[in-house]
Amino acid sequence: MPAQQKATNAKPKRMSVAPVKPAKATSKRKDDDDGTEFGDGTDDWMQGKALVKPPDQLDLTEAELKEEFTRILTANNPHAPQNIVRYSFKERAYKPISSVEQLAVHFVLEGNLLHQDSDEARRQKAKQGVAEEKAPVESTIAEADEEKPETPAGGEEPAEGEAEPEEGGAEERAESAEMKGAGRDQKLTNQFNFSERASQTLNNPLRNRECQTEPPPRSNFSATANQWEIYDAYVEELQKQEKSKEKQKVLPTKKEEDRGKKKAALAETQSDDITKVSKVAKIIERMVNQNTFDDIAQDFKYFEDASDEFREQEGTLLPLWKFQYDKAKRLAVTALCWNPKYKDIFAVSLGSYDFTKQGHGMLLLYSLKNSTFPEYSFPTLSGIMCLDIHPRLTYLVAVGFYDGCVAVYNLQEGTNPAYKSTAKSGKHTDPVWQVKWQKDDMDNNHNFFSVSSDGRVVSWTLVKNELVFTDVIKLSIEGAVTEDPEGLHLPTMACGTSFDFHKQVDYLFLVGTEEGKIHKCSKAYSSQFLETYSAHNMAVDSVRWNHFHPKVFISCSSDWTVKIWDHTISTPMFTFDLNSAVGDVAWSPYSSTVFAAVTADGKVHVFDLSVNKYEAICQQPVVAKKKTKLTHIEFNPIYPIIIIGDDRGYVTSFKLSPNLRKKPKEKKGQEVPKGPEVEIAKMEKLLSLLREPGNGS
Amino acid sequence: MQHLHVNNRGDKLLLPHCKGHEKVMAETADSKKEEPDYKRLHSFPLIRHTDMPEEMRVEAMELCVTACEKFTTNNESAAKMIKESMDKKFGSSWHVVIGEGFGFEITHEVKNLLYMFFGGSLAVCVWKCS
Repeated sequence: MPAQQKATNAKPKRMSVAPVKPAKATSKRKDDDDGTEFGDGTDDWMQGKALVKPPDQLDLTEAELKEEFTRILTANNPHAPQNIVRYSFKERAYKPISSVEQLAVHFVLEGNLLHQDSDEARRQKAKQGVAEEKAPVESTIAEADEEKPETPAGGEEPAEGEAEPEEGGAEERAESAEMKGAGRDQKLTNQFNFSERASQTLNNPLRNRECQTEPPPRSNFSATANQWEIYDAYVEELQKQEKSKEKQKVLPTKKEEDRGKKKAALAETQSDDITKVSKVAKIIERMVNQNTFDDIAQDFKYFEDASDEFREQEGTLLPLWKFQYDKAKRLAVTALCWNPKYKDIFAVSLGSYDFTKQGHGMLLLYSLKNSTFPEYSFPTLSGIMCLDIHPRLTYLVAVGFYDGCVAVYNLQEGTNPAYKSTAKSGKHTDPVWQVKWQKDDMDNNHNFFSVSSDGRVVSWTLVKNELVFTDVIKLSIEGAVTEDPEGLHLPTMACGTSFDFHKQVDYLFLVGTEEGKIHKCSKAYSSQFLETYSAHNMAVDSVRWNHFHPKVFISCSSDWTVKIWDHTISTPMFTFDLNSAVGDVAWSPYSSTVFAAVTADGKVHVFDLSVNKYEAICQQPVVAKKKTKLTHIEFNPIYPIIIIGDDRGYVTSFKLSPNLRKKPKEKKGQEVPKGPEVEIAKMEKLLSLLREPGNGS
Repeated sequence: MQHLHVNNRGDKLLLPHCKGHEKVMAETADSKKEEPDYKRLHSFPLIRHTDMPEEMRVEAMELCVTACEKFTTNNESAAKMIKESMDKKFGSSWHVVIGEGFGFEITHEVKNLLYMFFGGSLAVCVWKCS
């Protein structure tokens, strides 16, 4: 018992001390970790064991300390009463009790251990065959220790109580030593009051889960069966069978047709499925393009070449998007046309100018919003040489082919042309060089004109499902009508290569020919020219009326020149030599004096007559490879950009720098007049300068 | 067949101008001539209503035909045979009704119903409901 008691006593002591000291420690070092605090607490306790001194302890001298006091300790309880009396029935009187109980119980603990030397322990050991060697040494120490704490408490303990706890104490000591040294030996239990202790962990709560399947679906059915119903059913069935037999006999082919139709329908529905995502796909494609070509889009919108301010007149072209399509790689751009309604869309026709390399062609429609892939593409068997988009119904695109056909594509419909001329319906016999939509005729039918090398200018009218043609004029070479010796009259045809209709005067139009002549014609006279200009020495590639001034037109030719004309005067007002065959020329839509031309050596020439009457204000090579020829140019009607096509099928867009679209400087507080009148006046001023010396000579 | 006769006569009687008794008799005679013919014609199995899948339908129909041909005079045993075979092949709780005249209103599991005529005078209704 004492050992145990000591252990149990020691614990409360430590417990009582510990709360005080660690409290101080924590107050001192609040910042410290819990772990370190705990360590300090144990250290404090160790020191306390050595130094605790009662405050009222006497200071004694050495001699006093050595003085010996003899005390005899008895086993008598000083508090026990000495004069207890009891009534004795034998003697019939109260008698003091001789032996007074000296026992005072301070602490009782029942042990569950037994002494290793006891019989019981030996028996158990024998059972388990355990040999104990360390125990004697340990137990002697233990007994020495025990004596001190035992004396004050257990001095008067009765023998019966003592035996077991003592044994238990020794046992525990031995046991603990054993645990440390030898390791795991089973505890020896006594058989009387050994109690096993057990604990149970929390059990996981139980859960119920239930599910029920849905019963298989059911439905109701009711009918009546009787003889007449059965008969009727059979009769009906037989009739049906007969009918189907007849059908099979009569129309075995029809079924196949039906199947074909079904298949077609299936195919259609399938394609419908694809078209469902087409819109989304298109949006995504445009988004990707916008992200990829973000810098170009920013340039298109905001970039103004700041260096223009430091140049006097010259301007530059800033390349923007480049449009290309793999299937059109080897074809030349033969015409360009902006969509009049959607300013970001333009049409490109592709074919070949090389007589020996004619092949397929293609009609493409691009959007500035998606430079990587055309919005629409129509492959054709013959090369397309020209195109025009209807000014109002912008889904109608008229094209002219190298084989002399003309056709109208409807973008809302499929890949085949909505209208196409045939050999029967008066197609041209030579390549069609230009087509142009006209105003609707009296019956509100759409119609367009075409010009071809076969010398005819033909008006085509869209009537229901066919193209109806009318020859407007036949171009004959003036004075070349030769008379054979036999007297046969063979008019020689001039080859038309380009034409343009006057912006205001409805009937008036110009036709450029391969011979270099330009004829001023009227729709009213089919055999006569109003005037003929000996314009160029080679084929006239393009002829165009000025957007503002009603008298002025421009022409260009492979003879390296661009000429500007007043249609009332038979000699050119301006002539510019560009040192290379000029593919195309175009007036700008914003100024009457600005035009641009493209040449076969890959250069773009931009002129502003009001700035410089003799030289281009911008002359810029715009192709990567030297051999590439530029074929066509077109100004966007609104944005300050141009598109240029070359003979490799590429279309490139350029932004005009501020100098190329210069407007008269605005002075403060003074409104600058604007509008077409101003533009006309500007041109008129230039022309008047030239006319006077011309008139004089 | 008796019903048929009644039917024919009834129709004729409704017409006001058909008063002649002989005429009616003649008509019945004609229809009697036709009788064996249509009996022969109407011997094939005719599916009146079904929602079974193709394979099951074919099998059930063939089973019905076999059963009805085997027990021409005993509809009960034919029904029993059909029911037991269907239970074996498609799982339990099939019900079969065979007869020349009956009305019914049943609840069946979807895709497990066959209502057919056979042999010109028999109606067979087979359904599953467990």
